[in-house]
Amino acid sequence: MPLNIRTYHELTEPDRSGLPGQIAAQRRRVAARLAGVGRVVALMSGKGGVGKSFATAGLARALARGGWAAGVLDADFNGPTIPALLRIPVTGCTLHENGVEPPVSPEGVRCFSMALLLQDGRPLGFRGPEAESHVWRETLEAAALREFLADVAWGALDRLLVDLPPGIQRFQELAELLPAPPAVLTVTIPTTESRDAVRRAMQFARERGAELLGVVENMVDGPFTGDAGEALAREFGVPLLARIPWHPTQDVWDEVARRMEGVA
Amino acid sequence: MKFLCVDCDRQMLFEERQLPGDGTLAAAFRCPQCGRAVGLLTNPMETQLVASLGVKIGGTTIDPQPLETVRGMVTTGRDEAFAEGTGDGGRGTSVTWSVEAQERLARVPNFVRGMVKKIYADYARDRGLAEITPAVMDTARSELGLEGM
Repeated sequence: MPLNIRTYHELTEPDRSGLPGQIAAQRRRVAARLAGVGRVVALMSGKGGVGKSFATAGLARALARGGWAAGVLDADFNGPTIPALLRIPVTGCTLHENGVEPPVSPEGVRCFSMALLLQDGRPLGFRGPEAESHVWRETLEAAALREFLADVAWGALDRLLVDLPPGIQRFQELAELLPAPPAVLTVTIPTTESRDAVRRAMQFARERGAELLGVVENMVDGPFTGDAGEALAREFGVPLLARIPWHPTQDVWDEVARRMEGVA
Repeated sequence: MKFLCVDCDRQMLFEERQLPGDGTLAAAFRCPQCGRAVGLLTNPMETQLVASLGVKIGGTTIDPQPLETVRGMVTTGRDEAFAEGTGDGGRGTSVTWSVEAQERLARVPNFVRGMVKKIYADYARDRGLAEITPAVMDTARSELGLEGM
């Protein structure tokens, strides 16, 4: 005779653990922290090596020069480069009751990155059982992303750029943590291989409700050939914001910033 | 995760959490009707998964610290990554640390020591304790769910 066992959702007495409530509180902290941020923009690509971080830093500095209050969250925890690209020295981060003070670049870009926390040359390592660490490592990285969003005193920003690592996993985590999906700026190089990888990422972002702001094609006058930027812009009905040469001048990034902001 | 006393058809209530220090976790739940208790025992992998989510079985009475999961779980952080800013949130009263507690605190990596120290100090203040001892630290770890601190 089977036991008559009620289901999880049928048990409604107060539960001291309140795990769903704890998760909801985490989300509220993210929303509260970002209440002063005009827009979160994720810099995304389906593949590595296209210059996402380079583009993120160039765009952030241009936004700051143009008078927009800009911040960069470096979400590439295993290959963080944003502080170096923004010329921010790695020094101690100041902790206050209400969060961590983000360092500021010479142009005024606020930034937070795992590079500010890790020992020189050491990879990101987590405490925990070594066996089957792939099961929990991504969850911990998602927790780190949540804390970078919620616990850094970003203050009032017009734009918070999020430099994503290659692939789509971190975008998914970001979209789930934010009250609404972030806007997305995609970066590609001219090749067909890049086009195909970036297409998947753009499709993934669009299916999750993200607004696609446009495409930046990087490294256009070098060894790579193709028209990935134009093709992707046409296919998704978004602007090709810029074709960035190997050695872009400050003016190039300023133009990207103005076009992204619709003031060009 | 919930526990049901099948005989009484009542939801069991969280009662106590213990951290043996080997990566496992023990939590006790009791039936409010018949008083029967059961223990939830998690292996290190399961404990890690819960900790990775930044949640605590049994809940917690303290506010999360800035970058709590990062500081508590990253093993390759720089010793000088964080500098404590000004202000103690208006909590005022200082507590003292016994020699043994100071020695134990000194074994905590710099990367996370400031946060650990603050959590124990807040815990002691909230309970009117003038001195933090290893016994106070052990009790706080269990009560607050400070896995691994």
